[in-house]
Amino acid sequence: MSAESGQPAGRSIGYLPEGNAISKNIAGRRIRGAVWRILFLSSLIIGIVALATLLYTIVDDAFGYIVVQTKVDPDTLADRPLAELSKEELTEILRANISSGLFRRFDRDEPFSERSKESVLALVEERVVGREVVAVYKLTESLLDRERIEAETREKYPRAELEFHSWINREFLSRPMSSIPILAGVGNAILGSLWVIVITMLLAVPVGVFGAIYLEEYASDNWYYRLVETNINNLAGVPSIIYGILGLAIFVRALEPFTSGAMFGVTDSNGRTIISAGFTMALLILPLIIINAREAIRAVPQSLRQASYGLGATRWQTISNHVLPNALPGILTGTILGMSRAIGETAPLIVIGASTFIVFSPDSIFDKFTVIPIQIYNWTSQPGAQFRSIAAAAIIVLLTTLLTLNATAILLRNRFQRSY
Amino acid sequence: MEQEASVKIERVTGVVPGEIDLRGRRRLSESVIQAITYLCGGISIFTTTAIVIVLFREAWLFFGSPEVDIGEFFGTTTWQPETGRFGIWPLMTATMITSLIALLVAVPLGLGAAVYLSEYATPRSRGYLKPILEILAGVPTVVYGYFALTFVTPFILQNLFGKENVEIYNMLSAGLTMGIMILPLVASMSEDALSAVPRSLREGSYGLGATRLETAARVVVPAALSGIFAAVIVAMSRAVGETMIVALASGAGPKFTFNPFQAAETMTGHIARISGGDISYASIQYTSIFSIALVLFFVTLLLNLISGWVVRRFREVYE
Repeated sequence: MSAESGQPAGRSIGYLPEGNAISKNIAGRRIRGAVWRILFLSSLIIGIVALATLLYTIVDDAFGYIVVQTKVDPDTLADRPLAELSKEELTEILRANISSGLFRRFDRDEPFSERSKESVLALVEERVVGREVVAVYKLTESLLDRERIEAETREKYPRAELEFHSWINREFLSRPMSSIPILAGVGNAILGSLWVIVITMLLAVPVGVFGAIYLEEYASDNWYYRLVETNINNLAGVPSIIYGILGLAIFVRALEPFTSGAMFGVTDSNGRTIISAGFTMALLILPLIIINAREAIRAVPQSLRQASYGLGATRWQTISNHVLPNALPGILTGTILGMSRAIGETAPLIVIGASTFIVFSPDSIFDKFTVIPIQIYNWTSQPGAQFRSIAAAAIIVLLTTLLTLNATAILLRNRFQRSY
Repeated sequence: MEQEASVKIERVTGVVPGEIDLRGRRRLSESVIQAITYLCGGISIFTTTAIVIVLFREAWLFFGSPEVDIGEFFGTTTWQPETGRFGIWPLMTATMITSLIALLVAVPLGLGAAVYLSEYATPRSRGYLKPILEILAGVPTVVYGYFALTFVTPFILQNLFGKENVEIYNMLSAGLTMGIMILPLVASMSEDALSAVPRSLREGSYGLGATRLETAARVVVPAALSGIFAAVIVAMSRAVGETMIVALASGAGPKFTFNPFQAAETMTGHIARISGGDISYASIQYTSIFSIALVLFFVTLLLNLISGWVVRRFREVYE
């Protein structure tokens, strides 16, 4: 093969250099080899640099100095920090400091007797304290350029305070959405993600594993088998947004009576609910789960099955008692990979219509919802440094979750990998 | 153990042959389970059929409506649903340009990385390097979109080419970032193909006095070419179907332009933006996204089929 691939005549075909020429020839080839080796390595390094830059950008945005102005000093409102006050005290502070019309409106939206302490606290902070972030600095400048930032703050905002803020913190993880970045959180996005993932996995894993069992254990080489196999391979390559379109047409629209919960007596919802998202995501990761489960099942040696048959076990007894337990680590690994795919997937949920602004936590499968990636998308597309910072904080939440999941998958694979 | 076994044997021999029927029996539960696995496998057929039916049905309604003409759809270069002008080319060209940029980044880099990993790296350094690529592959695309918009455009492109030349939303930054995103895919698929080339070919080449580079470039890569080509096509299909990066970084608004510094909306970006709002099911905008999705579906399906065909047709098989 190599002889035909355009070797210029004279260098190595039918001609062997001698003396000085041969050492020159060899030196030239060595240099070319070294140069290309560096080029090959540098393409890997570019990948690594890109990853490092990505992580750096995220961290740079998620921490740093912020300049805060408040309408009212929170220390004048009560003798203790606000977070330690009871719900009743907070409600009183709110009543005393905002107009009665506004107070009644909040009460009508959700009666104060039913609100949680956190939601009242959020209202007090938003309406009474009125903490307002007027400037945001990135981590690098905060660390390297402190003097300049302090001078700038004194000059531009004499009343304001400069403080170091970690955009990702405990309140951020638990607070609901808000249109004010510093008060916003991913609390209900995390819950939404959890709901969607649980439903997705409940649907996709059994179906996927059974599908894989069919393909590996039951199928004979007939048209049905070939059709299923071709379909799975092709579906794995269909763009995720097409699944979103499918979900929009089938689960959101055609099956609206079911997915909106109207069949079960839920009235105030349309088909853009958690259950629609779960179904769509399940279809999306099904090929992935089937392909991984197939590989795991195929890796179980034939001798195990034959021994089981030899003892008189039926096909299903063989599968459930011997094949599946031995394939379990592989199936679990594939499941976790599918799960992390579903957690990070955004496009189909945008098409399905995950709402971006949700202030309540979902508590049934027929609720509207939002998920973490949708929040990231929403915040990234908003102008302003503060939204970029909370987007970065949400990305840290997402990436940490995914890294944990993937590390678990790798550990599982290494721990239970058996060779026969 | 021995004793236990002999006890059991006694028990079995204690049964008079002829009382047990050793012939296979039909068991209902077995058949039921088999039927269930059949159905579960069939879900994939359901999904494909559903996709095709849904896309065709809505696209049929779209092309059937009076504002739309199929010749105009494939023949004109303005996409303005508000004024009833539906020419898909602006969306198509934006998709092609971003995908092309992505491939220009991902193919050389991915191939270089694959050659390094399979031909040069020691097993130990491969153990460090491969997980990094896997992490890169596991980052959700919305995060790449954030990266393109908040880092690549302002800090790389606008610094390099000047703020007045590069729009905030532009196809170049979306394409470059997408290239980084599909780099691991190209690298891992190509590396699989390269590693499948048997050692004897390399040894033969070394034996003839070839250097490592000559062996890699003239023996190993040509032998793995079908796998590499398949990787490139899968990467292309991934780039065409990628949504979040282009939705965030490439701009919101179809525009017929070939200038990568300008904003232009791709097919996927348009679908995401239009369907993200609350659109009525009766509107022509609703059916129009299905027509775009239909084109998208067939482009990616075609690419995937070609890639599968290349692998089957041109694979070099070694004993």
